[in-house]
Amino acid sequence: MTTATHDHDHDHDHHGPAKGITRWLYTTNHKDIGTMYLWFSFAMFLLGGTFAMVIRAELFQPGLQLVSPEFFNQMTTMHGLVMVFGAVMPAFVGLANWMIPMMIGAPDMALPRMNNLSFWILPFAFALLVSTLFMEGGGPNFGWTFYAPLSTTYAPPSTTYFIFAVHIMGASSIMGAINIVATILNMRAPGMTMMKMPLFVWTWLITSYLLIAVMPVLAGVVTMMLFDIHFATSFFDAAGGGSPILFQHLFWFFGHPEVYIMILPAFGIVSAIIPAFARKPLFGYSSMVYATASIAFLSFIVWGHHMFTVGIPFLGQAFFMWSTMLIAVPTGVKVFNWVTTMFRGSMTFETPMLFALAFVVLFTIGGFSGLMLAVAPVDFQYHDTYFVVAHFHYVLVPGAVFSIMAAVYYWLPKWSGRMYNETMGKVHFWLSFVGVNILFFPQHFLGLAGMPRRIPDYALQFTNFNMISSVGGFLFGLSQLLFLYIVVHTVVAGKKAPAKPWDGAEGLEWTVDSPAPYHTFSTPPKIN
Amino acid sequence: MQRKLLRGSLALPALLIGSWAQAGWQLNMPRGVTDISHQVYDLHMLTLWVCVVIGVLVFGVMFYSMYKHRKSKGAVSADFHESTKVELAWTLIPAAVIFGIGVKATYVLADMYNVDDAEMTVEVVGYQWRWRYRYLSDDPDTEVTFFSNMATDWDEINNLVDKNPNYLLDVDEPMVLPTGTKVRFILTSADVIHSWWVPALAVKKDAVPGIANEAWTIINEPGTYRGQCTELCGKDHGFMPVVVEAVTPEEFDAWLAVKQDEARQMAELTGRDWSMAELMERGQSVYNTSCASCHQVDGSGNAPTFPALRGSDYVRGDIDDVIDIILNGKRGSMMPAFRDQLSEVDTAAVTTYIRNAWGNNVGDMVTPVDILDIKAGQ
Amino acid sequence: MSEPQAQNQELASKIRKSVTKMFAVTVGMLAFVWFGLVPMYDLICEWTGITGRTTSASEEQMFEVVDRDIRVQFLARNGAEMPWDFRPVVTHVTAKPGEIVQVDFYARNGTSQDMIGQAIPSLAPFESTPYFHKTACFCFDQQPLAAGEDIKMAMVFQIDPDLPEWIKTINLSYTLYEVPQRRQDLAAARTE
Repeated sequence: MTTATHDHDHDHDHHGPAKGITRWLYTTNHKDIGTMYLWFSFAMFLLGGTFAMVIRAELFQPGLQLVSPEFFNQMTTMHGLVMVFGAVMPAFVGLANWMIPMMIGAPDMALPRMNNLSFWILPFAFALLVSTLFMEGGGPNFGWTFYAPLSTTYAPPSTTYFIFAVHIMGASSIMGAINIVATILNMRAPGMTMMKMPLFVWTWLITSYLLIAVMPVLAGVVTMMLFDIHFATSFFDAAGGGSPILFQHLFWFFGHPEVYIMILPAFGIVSAIIPAFARKPLFGYSSMVYATASIAFLSFIVWGHHMFTVGIPFLGQAFFMWSTMLIAVPTGVKVFNWVTTMFRGSMTFETPMLFALAFVVLFTIGGFSGLMLAVAPVDFQYHDTYFVVAHFHYVLVPGAVFSIMAAVYYWLPKWSGRMYNETMGKVHFWLSFVGVNILFFPQHFLGLAGMPRRIPDYALQFTNFNMISSVGGFLFGLSQLLFLYIVVHTVVAGKKAPAKPWDGAEGLEWTVDSPAPYHTFSTPPKIN
Repeated sequence: MQRKLLRGSLALPALLIGSWAQAGWQLNMPRGVTDISHQVYDLHMLTLWVCVVIGVLVFGVMFYSMYKHRKSKGAVSADFHESTKVELAWTLIPAAVIFGIGVKATYVLADMYNVDDAEMTVEVVGYQWRWRYRYLSDDPDTEVTFFSNMATDWDEINNLVDKNPNYLLDVDEPMVLPTGTKVRFILTSADVIHSWWVPALAVKKDAVPGIANEAWTIINEPGTYRGQCTELCGKDHGFMPVVVEAVTPEEFDAWLAVKQDEARQMAELTGRDWSMAELMERGQSVYNTSCASCHQVDGSGNAPTFPALRGSDYVRGDIDDVIDIILNGKRGSMMPAFRDQLSEVDTAAVTTYIRNAWGNNVGDMVTPVDILDIKAGQ
Repeated sequence: MSEPQAQNQELASKIRKSVTKMFAVTVGMLAFVWFGLVPMYDLICEWTGITGRTTSASEEQMFEVVDRDIRVQFLARNGAEMPWDFRPVVTHVTAKPGEIVQVDFYARNGTSQDMIGQAIPSLAPFESTPYFHKTACFCFDQQPLAAGEDIKMAMVFQIDPDLPEWIKTINLSYTLYEVPQRRQDLAAARTE
């Protein structure tokens, strides 16, 4: 088995990266791989965003204008899959690759070659997935939750490609997770005890365990689909004695922890940025760790709240309602801790801080609607409406995505050695902030008024808010091109950044030069 | 009162636009017309207000700090970073609040699950993409069964004509229910998963193939209540509305009698002589509700999944083959069996229609009696 | 051996250990999903009646007949691609717990092909499932019908006297599906 120490021996005398394309193809350097993950996820973010723009354009007015219902369904499905597996998850893995070794004082990841492999299979997975759009019968059209039997008996022929793509993504995630756990458990610098680790490292450690536990479930589910489609089994086919409900139980046993996989690392990022710009240590470090662990634990016993309307017996319904509502407690603790960290601090509002503050407010709004959705009898009214769409986009876009943007602005000086343009960063923030709220807030109203999700056309009373939402969508979508420009401009022509550009920032990553040298902490740092 | 408050606090954009604040700006859940829907609404408002209060407190502290404790104002940061007391308080207080909501919700939930003592049963079966309603009766011969299709014209959807006020929410035959009567629904599906939702009744239940789900309602006020399918069920998921018409029990009995009579009349209708023109006329309307969403209004289809019927050698070929595919479906394709979905009259009409419309001009026709024979014989 | 090298080897073996553990967990989860979950789900369904399905016959039991009227309603319907006629002969019966009751269902293959059907049962409310014992049912077996053939199929049941007090009506539905040729071939191949 390959380990860091192995490469370490070889690479010790090399000082920089290889030249040309082979640097990226063969690299085992955590910084290179982190960079590739981040660029890949940004490309997927734009692709998934393009799908979203198609959806919002079609929904701008009632009636069918631009796309057919079949294609619309492919767009909603692909948007979900690409954003979840292509944009958010790889972005967090990229951040983990870059930051975890530097935060714990390790020279690299524990398994650098596997690291290379887990990245390089991703582009193939997504090429496979996106290619289905051009196949006969079209791409996956059954939603990112791919409920059977719509995704088996009634699915387009391209579903097989979709299944293999999911297999590859799962393999990549599992490898990434194993690598991260192995790094965190074994490669901390002497003196870096568990309870001294930055919260980003903690949240990623817990996230990795979630990934290792549930990705095999996803792999199992899609394999069962494969068998149902091609080998006449009937895991999910009522006609053959199977159960479509079994699919949903399995999917959401994966799916709910998956949701937390996409938000826990965000908690870690925000817990690094808020203290830095409030110039005050994080309030309640240990309670943050325990809260994260409890959220992770609870995520395994709440999956039934996605299935309140499928017909679960009363006791089951009540159990899932109570366990779900319980999650509000540790989540609340986190929000209170962040707010108290700001209290009596000495705050400044650079771009990373703005994104982190927006995260706290908007993620909390998403949490509120989550609490409302947890109340089972009322969920009968919310379920599968735009209220749910608004809820999960509030936790995922101004939640997970804003945290990623905050992280990019925060650590970009460390990665590139150059400072981004503060004015442009702020413009990007305000456009995104205003756009995202115009985009998603009216969707609460649409859902409450009765608009189901995943429909290509809607009744006339939903017109106004759909129009507003679409306008917000275009604004938000376009402002991300500005983000691209800012990052490229920084890397190419930004002002030189000092080793520690933020005076309140804490952590080992700020003790090395900017840009971070190709090899850092070849000799472990001393931790006091 | 609460509703007004909500409008006041959340409806800022709507207020700015002023008097437009009509139906198109509905912000909140409808209160509905059943006791359950009222309880659900109250619970929704309770949770919402709890969230609003917590939000105001938390964001209040946050904005206060952002304003007061900024470096540009000369704020010097404090150094505290732990307090077991405070942490305990903000763990226990939210837990207590949630406990309160949970208890109330559990009672409402128990009510929703109490299907017993229903006075009548209606079976709801989801099909791609229509609903079938069956009113169970002690006497099998007086059972009323019908399909409920979206009645909105495809020309409206394709923006060729103006949209009517109930655009996408109109059906050819609504489910008619008596007010003040406990009605049990048995929900299931013939193909993929659908979900039957009427917001005004606060009833939403998935229709899952192979599984019979239960739900119930007692409607307090007569009226027409509209909803939609809420589980993605394929191409026309957005085009399978649910319409419930609540009438007084007397009106309901009269309606039921008419429907039972119609079933008898259908037998007569099947038996009588049909002219080509009559069949073509009826066939066109059957085609547009049951076939056009896949094969298109002009028969051009949507290759490769939905073949064109216009100019098709198959459609213009042996008439028995055409009838067979309509009645029994085509295995391994998207074409379902319409045996249960279309009456003999409608099957005859649509067969005649597709063989003669759009320049197919085969020139022959098939009568309802022929179809009856085919169904009975073979 | 120099000191850093010794440290490196120690680290390598530590990493190897944690990777092995996590790999084992991954494989274990995969095996659990593939081999363990489906039987577990079926078992839970059987115990709790979650999906209202009974898949196997129960022994006829000597219950004392209780004087309590339970209305049992019968519903029959076809899956979307099933062209047979399929209906209960009576739409409901009133049964007392402990009694043995037989009802018939009628099916007719009106097509020009020989076909095999399979009925899938579901009970509502789900909570009644563990108390509804079928001692014989056409739904336990596949039902072949030649073109044009019809049949009356029997179902014999017994309601457990322990049926919760609040259940007064039980709805028994059957959905009839065609057993596709592919699955028939597969089943044949398995038994050979």
